[in-house]
Amino acid sequence: MTARVVTTAGERYRPQDVIAAVRGIGKTYPGGVEALRDVHLAFPRGQLTTLLGPSGCGKTTLLKIVAGLLRPDMGEVEVNGRVVDGPGPERAFVFQDFALLPWANVLRNVAFGLELRGVARAAREETARKYIAAVGLAGFEKSYPHQLSGGMRQRVGLARALAVNADILMMDEPFSAVDEQTRRKFQEDLLELLKVERKTVIFVTHSIEEAVYLSDRIVLLSRRPGRVSRIVAPKISRDGSPDDIRRDRGYLDAVDEIWAILKQYLMEPGA
Amino acid sequence: MTAFGIRIPAGLSLVVWAVVWEIAGRLGSSLVLPPFSEVIAAGIKLIPSEKFAEAASITLHAFFVGMAWAVAVGIPVGVLMARSKAAGRILGVWVNIFVSAPISALVPILMAVIGIGQSTVIVTVFLFAVFIIILDTQVGVQHVGRSLEEMARSFGASRAQLYGKVLLLAALPEMLAGIRLAVIRGVKGVVIGQLLVSIIGVGELFELYSRNFLMAEFWALVLMVFAFAFLMSEAVAWLERRVEYYAAAR
Repeated sequence: MTARVVTTAGERYRPQDVIAAVRGIGKTYPGGVEALRDVHLAFPRGQLTTLLGPSGCGKTTLLKIVAGLLRPDMGEVEVNGRVVDGPGPERAFVFQDFALLPWANVLRNVAFGLELRGVARAAREETARKYIAAVGLAGFEKSYPHQLSGGMRQRVGLARALAVNADILMMDEPFSAVDEQTRRKFQEDLLELLKVERKTVIFVTHSIEEAVYLSDRIVLLSRRPGRVSRIVAPKISRDGSPDDIRRDRGYLDAVDEIWAILKQYLMEPGA
Repeated sequence: MTAFGIRIPAGLSLVVWAVVWEIAGRLGSSLVLPPFSEVIAAGIKLIPSEKFAEAASITLHAFFVGMAWAVAVGIPVGVLMARSKAAGRILGVWVNIFVSAPISALVPILMAVIGIGQSTVIVTVFLFAVFIIILDTQVGVQHVGRSLEEMARSFGASRAQLYGKVLLLAALPEMLAGIRLAVIRGVKGVVIGQLLVSIIGVGELFELYSRNFLMAEFWALVLMVFAFAFLMSEAVAWLERRVEYYAAAR
């Protein structure tokens, strides 16, 4: 029993502060593409950790391995101190393409995770209504996904993930399919929500600005095969308004620092 | 449709067609073609007759039992082929051969094996209908977005929930399209089966009328079979349109 969880980037955490950890994860897809190699990473409780890297660096693969949706070829995933081998109720996933049931209205979609767990209709719909309101969709309970804009559909996806009351929220490029204005508003609303909900979030994005704006910690993955290359913790005062944050010295420095690192990958041969 | 700036209802072509038939029949151009009005009159006389009621009930029974088996077998097999690579490869060859094969050629063999009777007709309907249902179900289930399945798994869906609450509903539009095509094939199957067996149902009547040269009755029966096939296919098409609103949004 080690007293410290140590990651490849040299971070040290007390075990009780770590809600999830991956150890020695390797994944090679059929056909020989090596997506991840020997990834060690800890996710501290209550923090928003972003996996960031060039496209094809395996960040979504890593997220899906932690979610239990993909099986790693090597290594193991630990959640709340236990090695896991598949999805579990303590983790909820928000999908890049929303993954809503097109034949079900917003209410049923948001309640779907609870429906699968056998929660009685009245109870699950009450919970669903609460989270529909929390993500700003009150009044759209009876709408169908195709009647909503992309941004609204992703709010449904977020409400569904919140409704199951998981400890860890896993978000796979959740805003990549929505336009820039909607995306900014959504980012701001997400931070507001997280102040109330107190979740651990694992977030995947390819946008440096999005990562810095949202994250407590940013894990930079190298090009394929993905490995942890650096961990950046932006020092941003989050007391001000969203616009203050985007002008914050710490915000701007972190964006520059990350861009400087990622630029090196782009200049490597084969990029 | 418009002609010379005047809106023409789509049904008009049927009226024109009936008029041309009437004229051709009255001119006596062909012995096998009585005037349209005679055909209609024969049809009106035929419908309340006991012989027709008996033929219709035997025919409908064979059709619906054969179709029910085709749906009950076709959907599970299609799902299996979509979900299991091995099953898809092994069964795929046969399904693709049989979906395009002239099943009518098999009916004499069925008669030899099963006997000359209703069972043979039911099996014929089944064979005409089942393969297209299998193929369309397979395509439908294969095309369910991967993230929809991952979503169900990540929220802890059991196997039964994954199929019952996600995969089958998501594949419903393709399954219905397959069933509509199967209905059309099934009507062919029931008529061809009965014609070849030729001692029961509508097939018996067709045989009777053509042998005794009752052409008005013969044509009346043909029109009724056409109308039945069309109505059945439209009924499934109506169901398809009801689920279409979400199919487009996938």
